[in-house]
Amino acid sequence: MVKIALVSCGTEYSGIQKEIEKAANKFGAEIVLPEIDLDYIDESYEKFGFSAQSSSLKLMIARAMAIVEGRSKPDAVFIATCFRCAEAALVRNEVRRFIQNNTRIPVVTYSFTERTKADELFIRMEALATTVTRRSILAREKQEGLTLGLDSGSTTTKAVLMENNKVIGTGWTSTKDIIESAKTAAAEAFEQTDYGWDDLDGIGTTGYGRFTMGQEFGAELIQEELSVNAKGAVYLADCQKGEATVLDIGGMDNKVITVNNGIPDNFTMGGICAGASGRFLDMTSRRLDVDITELGPLAVQGDWRKAMLNSYCIVFGIQDLVTTLAAGGSKADVAAAACHSVSEQVYEQQLQEIDIREPLIQVGGTSLISGLVEAVSETLGGIEVIVPEYSQHIGAVGAALLVSGMGHRQDNK
Amino acid sequence: MVKIAIYPPNSLILADLLERKGHTPLVLQKQIRQKIKDPEIDSPPMNITEEDPIKGLKYAAIEVPSGVRGRMAIIGPLIDEAEAAIVVDGAPYGFGCIGCARTNELSIFLLRNKDIPVLELTYPTNQDETYAMVNEINEFVDSLEETDKEEE
Repeated sequence: MVKIALVSCGTEYSGIQKEIEKAANKFGAEIVLPEIDLDYIDESYEKFGFSAQSSSLKLMIARAMAIVEGRSKPDAVFIATCFRCAEAALVRNEVRRFIQNNTRIPVVTYSFTERTKADELFIRMEALATTVTRRSILAREKQEGLTLGLDSGSTTTKAVLMENNKVIGTGWTSTKDIIESAKTAAAEAFEQTDYGWDDLDGIGTTGYGRFTMGQEFGAELIQEELSVNAKGAVYLADCQKGEATVLDIGGMDNKVITVNNGIPDNFTMGGICAGASGRFLDMTSRRLDVDITELGPLAVQGDWRKAMLNSYCIVFGIQDLVTTLAAGGSKADVAAAACHSVSEQVYEQQLQEIDIREPLIQVGGTSLISGLVEAVSETLGGIEVIVPEYSQHIGAVGAALLVSGMGHRQDNK
Repeated sequence: MVKIAIYPPNSLILADLLERKGHTPLVLQKQIRQKIKDPEIDSPPMNITEEDPIKGLKYAAIEVPSGVRGRMAIIGPLIDEAEAAIVVDGAPYGFGCIGCARTNELSIFLLRNKDIPVLELTYPTNQDETYAMVNEINEFVDSLEETDKEEE
């Protein structure tokens, strides 16, 4: 069983301890608390050097020290502190950095409220467990046979058909009924080839609808999107060796994953605010009356500094953009301001939580918006951002790649 | 017999000193015991559920972290009930602790602002200071008894 160490300042006082344990248990993991004695708390706290006032934060530091010093040997670490506590946020970040700099143990951080439910933690726990238990699958570098990857996202459903390490068909449709949307996307992919469902060696599913699709189609691989997208990204960008960071600004949530030799080793996931998601850009393009595919090139021509945007909020931010237009501002400047706003917010909320390793591979539907890619590069001080071919189908490519070697449908016939 | 709030609210030593004098120490353990003796354990280990941080809104606003409000949902009623209080500052974890500096600040403030006798002490660092602390506590408690009798 995968052991996930809980490094926290008191999840039990927020009433969410059982939710954390429920989320871990669902994916074959158990929550453990690194055992330490009272003297060790003072010793590690002195050594760490952060003068925290709360004794539970000192305990957190000591537990992290026990992991780094090998007194406790978990497979993964889950660091959680109360949302809105400044002192805890400072310690959470420093403890995360400390564990990452001194071990190869995967870490994920989270700030919780009393409303935090197991469902919100599932994807994080699943990805932590996967990184530990399925390293052999994640180590796959080449696709073999004929496989279908299905990615049921919050906004769109994608299908990718791969054969002998090449993408031979793609499908894309907006997500309505999970199964029907998957069938539509798959049909589009099959249409570009001479193959049908009966010719497949295996099916891999990912995204929010992965379990529903997996059950319906008898998928050989049902996998959360953090591992799958990371794998698909390094595969398509040809960055399977060395380090990289994968950024996926999605329709509902954002993912940032660091990868070492093709295997994800840390990630952060957002999803609190629609203003930091692809939805903001979708709404902007509607207000500008341009197709979403035109928003990127338009933004590249504009200057975000010329448009007033005082709020990150999807409601008030859009209102600001409309005001700019009403005052005679150009559509290009407004498009650039929207891209800059999303990029800046993703940076503030998420990219700061992770140590960015170059190159940055941007994927997902929003990676096709060139203005956003440019804004991300600018926000990060001009670093190189790679957008690989098929980046909008990343989850489906990752699923098709990872399931190869697992499906033996033709042998069974 | 006087109901005395202690801080840290889970200090066994302080609770014992007061019990020996025949008073009622208002301690965290009793509150937690009430929660966990319920046959339906909703949220182990302490059975604090989502409802508790919401109850904590009586003592702290919504922008205060859930961990502080969850703690206040247990400590707050003890403060409400207190007729006197003893606060020990700078104690090590072994003496008693609830882990959160913001909860300490709020709880001690609420005790100070309640119209009750409050004894504030600093945790002793040697044997003489320890004797002095115990004597101060005893004197404080005796003075409460006298006030109690006078009122009767």
